[in-house]
Amino acid sequence: MFDNGKRTIVDKDVVQWEPVIGLEVHVQLLTQSKLFSGAATAYGADPNTQACLIDLAFPGVLPVLNAEAVNMAIKFGLSIEADIPDCSIFARKNYFYPDLPKGYQISQYESPIVSRGRLDIVLENGQHKSVRITRAHLEEDAGKLLHEGLENMSCIDLNRAGVPLLEIVSEPDLASPKEAVVYLKTLHTLVRYLEICDGNLQEGSFRCDANVSVRKKDQQLGTRVEVKNLNSFRFVEKAIHYEIKRQIQILENGGRINQETRLYDSDKQETRPLRDKEDANDYRYFPDPDLRPVILTREHIETLRKTLPELPHKKNQRFQEDYGLSHYDASLLTSHWKLADYFESVVKHKVPAKLAANWIMGELSAALNKAGLNIEQSPLSPLRFATLLQRVADNTISNNIAKDIFEMLWATEKTVDEIIQTQDLQQVTDKTAIVQIIDAVLAANPQQLAEYRAGKDKLYGFFVGQIMKASNGKLNPQQLHNLLKEKLDACKE
Amino acid sequence: MHHYTLSELSVALKNKIISSKELALHFLARIEKYDPDLNSFITITAEHARQQADIADEKYKKGTAGPLTGIPIAHKDIFCTKGIKTSCGSKMLDNFIAPYDASLVNALSQAGTVLLGKTNMDEFAMGSSNETSFYGPSKNPWDLTRVPGGSSGGSSAAVAARLVPVATGSDTGGSIRQPAALCNLTGLKPTYGRVSRYGMTAFASSLDQAGPLAQTAEDAALLMNVMAGFDEKDSTSINEPVPDYTHSLNDALQGLEIGLPKEYFSADLDPNIATCIETAVKQYERLGARINTISLPNCHLVVPLYHIIASAECSSNLARYDGIRYGYRCTNPLDLLDLYERTRGEGFGTEVKRRLLMGTYVLSAGYYDAYYVKAQKIRSLIIQEFKQAFQKVDILLGPSTPDTAFKLGDKNKDPISMYLSDIYTIAVNLAGLPALSIPAGFINGLPVGMQLIGPPFTEAKLLNTAHRYQQITDWHKKLPENYK
Repeated sequence: MFDNGKRTIVDKDVVQWEPVIGLEVHVQLLTQSKLFSGAATAYGADPNTQACLIDLAFPGVLPVLNAEAVNMAIKFGLSIEADIPDCSIFARKNYFYPDLPKGYQISQYESPIVSRGRLDIVLENGQHKSVRITRAHLEEDAGKLLHEGLENMSCIDLNRAGVPLLEIVSEPDLASPKEAVVYLKTLHTLVRYLEICDGNLQEGSFRCDANVSVRKKDQQLGTRVEVKNLNSFRFVEKAIHYEIKRQIQILENGGRINQETRLYDSDKQETRPLRDKEDANDYRYFPDPDLRPVILTREHIETLRKTLPELPHKKNQRFQEDYGLSHYDASLLTSHWKLADYFESVVKHKVPAKLAANWIMGELSAALNKAGLNIEQSPLSPLRFATLLQRVADNTISNNIAKDIFEMLWATEKTVDEIIQTQDLQQVTDKTAIVQIIDAVLAANPQQLAEYRAGKDKLYGFFVGQIMKASNGKLNPQQLHNLLKEKLDACKE
Repeated sequence: MHHYTLSELSVALKNKIISSKELALHFLARIEKYDPDLNSFITITAEHARQQADIADEKYKKGTAGPLTGIPIAHKDIFCTKGIKTSCGSKMLDNFIAPYDASLVNALSQAGTVLLGKTNMDEFAMGSSNETSFYGPSKNPWDLTRVPGGSSGGSSAAVAARLVPVATGSDTGGSIRQPAALCNLTGLKPTYGRVSRYGMTAFASSLDQAGPLAQTAEDAALLMNVMAGFDEKDSTSINEPVPDYTHSLNDALQGLEIGLPKEYFSADLDPNIATCIETAVKQYERLGARINTISLPNCHLVVPLYHIIASAECSSNLARYDGIRYGYRCTNPLDLLDLYERTRGEGFGTEVKRRLLMGTYVLSAGYYDAYYVKAQKIRSLIIQEFKQAFQKVDILLGPSTPDTAFKLGDKNKDPISMYLSDIYTIAVNLAGLPALSIPAGFINGLPVGMQLIGPPFTEAKLLNTAHRYQQITDWHKKLPENYK
């Protein structure tokens, strides 16, 4: 079995191994200015137009802490029931790199602003899991090196240098790539609820590194590998999955795991070494003497607590309880607070919750996606949308007609009722009128009628189609079904 | 006119006995005549000075002038000055034109001072003799074969030779007080946080503090009125009201409790200096002060302590000089590492490199606790020791330096003996206290400095104590023979 020295990994092996995953997430805080300077933080500006003398580390400049960033970090800490210290300290992390103008990054080492929190996640099987968050600390981002299209040179864009980040470090509590993604998505939702991050993964506002190791069940933790460059939820899952397999294969073949940093290559779908422990930096952390310790009073923290919104898991729970929605529906609707707000504004207008949920996650989401719009940019106000759904609920129009009207509403200023009136789309609910149409269709198709009555049940659909066509889709489907059944079966015996 | 103090010049300007322009031209002429020997200036800003002097004269015409309007000044080359070379005494910044004014430069310029130039200094303020300057050492006007002290040696030499009536300096371990002592000047290191550090090139952030080098305590008080104050750009500056430092200058010293730290009068001290200080103590007694002997038992630890903390901080503060955005860059680097190594290897001098290496070492994994953390603990101990001393006395008095000005080349090959020349000044920086050095006599024609140390934010009291002494003595009025 081992004679060629190598084995390919089989699923049986995987079962014996237990992945241990911890995540480090860099959340870019939504402040107007940088963490220690007054320069703007907007994304996509021309290179070096948003870098002031402080960001450029000119001689003599000094950092001044952005109070808003501190408040955002505290709000995050409160939302994960973490400890907020009375005194938090900034430290210098020293290393040389051209994207780091000062030669050190102002970060936090001892006394981070948030420690010992937890984030509850709901796994695919409905099980709840509490993921421990070791710490979250404030730090400044580095600049960006540009190499593309340049020969024998690199350019430096320092717009990003000094942008505030909250680095959120979890304990190695995650047991699978899927769990890691659920944790990330839960965190992603949370920071947007708190309005401390725009959550834009493409622009790098929400970045993730994964620490991955494997061990035999109930044994000591294995050597961990840090995987970087995970800029989408899908890549996180794929990269961790790849890394777990890679490690198991090495261990199964009697090898050892190198403690190293690996980069995920999304094109090749593999991880490869970036740097190993050999040339690991000694960052020489020490408290930054340019910044005094940040003193946080209980009063200030309590004031911030009062500004916390209803948190996603609470809202999710309430949606299930108050609106009778499934966990799945509630999760989708509460994935962003603006979507949840839209839903609640619609339901407020006496629209059945399930109907509203289906339409928002179905038609509305699809249309918004297609137009590349966010929910808050919806051309359809909750009120107009609610009126449409009311007409469905009170049987004025059928669901199909409603879809046509929905498209018209998207493009016009007309009200739902105007469209129904002018286009004569009102659902026919008068029994006599429906019977008249049924009779006419049956009379026009004697052969099919005979076949049906002879037992060819499949033709039922044919009649429904013909009747709907004759009525321009305006019949109430349930009513039609009852009456048609009655008519067809009347002479069947 | 160079015989006048700042306050005398201020009166003369106000009474239109002289104009700002005349004053500026007079001192510029002296610089031209004497500085080739003294080497106290790195940059002379003659054109800039003439313009500022014209503006000052306009203010006198309009009646909008203040006490510092039209007063010629020189800034240590550690302070950023917009559009003017700010070298910090280093090859690394030899080509650096600052794009902004330090808060202190701005305040003094708003007050109407006329900038004559930027003064020589030890490279990045690391040194006690001015010999580490990339531009060569400045000389002591009392004896050109001797050092003016450091790191603010250019400022002290220039004021001592009356090439400028006042100058700014910075003090990390004695860099204002030691050169003041060696050049017969009044030099004040304010309380940490009293004067903004914004725009002052950082050496050791937790110790650096800017202050005046002047002829008298009164002149220092006039400068402090403008230099002191909270600056929102400096997170370590303290929002404490600024008194008018001239108001209390003449307060009586009746009942002032003066403490003499017995450790400052040990065998390390030149006995002749001890005699000068003892004479001064007797004069204070005559002024009504009461003299007490006190002890600072841990003060023998301050030199190594200082070199751990200052080196640690500078190793990080000077990381920004990497040849990428400004300053010196080596020619034709092969790759990034080569760029870093050669830029820093060629751009920094020996003393700076020594301290960067020491600082990097004490912060390294495995050594951090033994050096840096331990040093911080001892620093707390030193702070406590001073607190306890100030429960017994109002002011501490002692020598500023263990020796008078030493010969050029005497100590620069032996870092330890050089470091020991700051033995009496360093503790003050570690504890963040205000202290000043004033002239207290001469030994063989070389000035002796006396140091007064107070609790935080007692600059007014220190200046008052110094001023009363200067009213009954004339050491501070003595000028070096060749510069009269």
